[in-house]
Amino acid sequence: MIYSLLVLSSPASGHGARHAVQFARSALQRGHTIDRVFFLDDGTFAGSAAAVFPQDEASPLQCWVELSERHALELILCVSSALKRGLLDAGEAQRHERCGPTIHPAFVISGLGQLVDAMTHCDRLVTFGG
Amino acid sequence: MPAAEPPTRHLVVVRRAPYGASLARTAIETALAVAAFEQPVDILFMGDGVLQLLGQQDSQASGSRNMGRLLASLPLYDIEAVYVDGQAAAAYGVDLANSPVAATALTPAQVRELMDRCDKLLGF
Repeated sequence: MIYSLLVLSSPASGHGARHAVQFARSALQRGHTIDRVFFLDDGTFAGSAAAVFPQDEASPLQCWVELSERHALELILCVSSALKRGLLDAGEAQRHERCGPTIHPAFVISGLGQLVDAMTHCDRLVTFGG
Repeated sequence: MPAAEPPTRHLVVVRRAPYGASLARTAIETALAVAAFEQPVDILFMGDGVLQLLGQQDSQASGSRNMGRLLASLPLYDIEAVYVDGQAAAAYGVDLANSPVAATALTPAQVRELMDRCDKLLGF
């Protein structure tokens, strides 16, 4: 089955972001396909390259980066949610005259159209948080 | 020739009060994006979300954009239908006659039917 994930909650608060990682890992292990994970609202904090988590907490960023490298899943940050939270790629940093990129290169900043597109191609959309 | 597949029916479920969290606006903007890509989409207000349907919202003092004005624009974007959990609206005393957008009140059984009928549900 083809899944798309929509992540709404911040990795720094609550369980939604962690459940999304665990769901993705389990679904992929069982042979399902996840083509795209769309991060929206506070969910976009997942892409922050600047966040520092304590050593005794799992790094949510590293979990997503490993999954995307191993399974070629797309990690998309909603552009309007990301910008207002200071999450910028090199292009956005330059366009808005900020000091530099703040997201990990495994993530891509794009529009809500990517979520709509994912929904039309997947069998199931699973929302985390909110 | 095989018949064309029926289009995916989307339902955006909104459970956030209008000015309590950014997800309130994000939910409506997501519904607008789905409609902009010419996909059928309905909106259902439930729980605290029914407070979005309060009439005459004035957000100026809070420094945030007016949700009522955004909702009033929904008919321009081909949002198929706007529904509200009638019990929640009554519990909060929301007068649907003054709502910024026309919303059809549903019974709990009708809410279940609506959710069963849709193909993709986005819960905010």
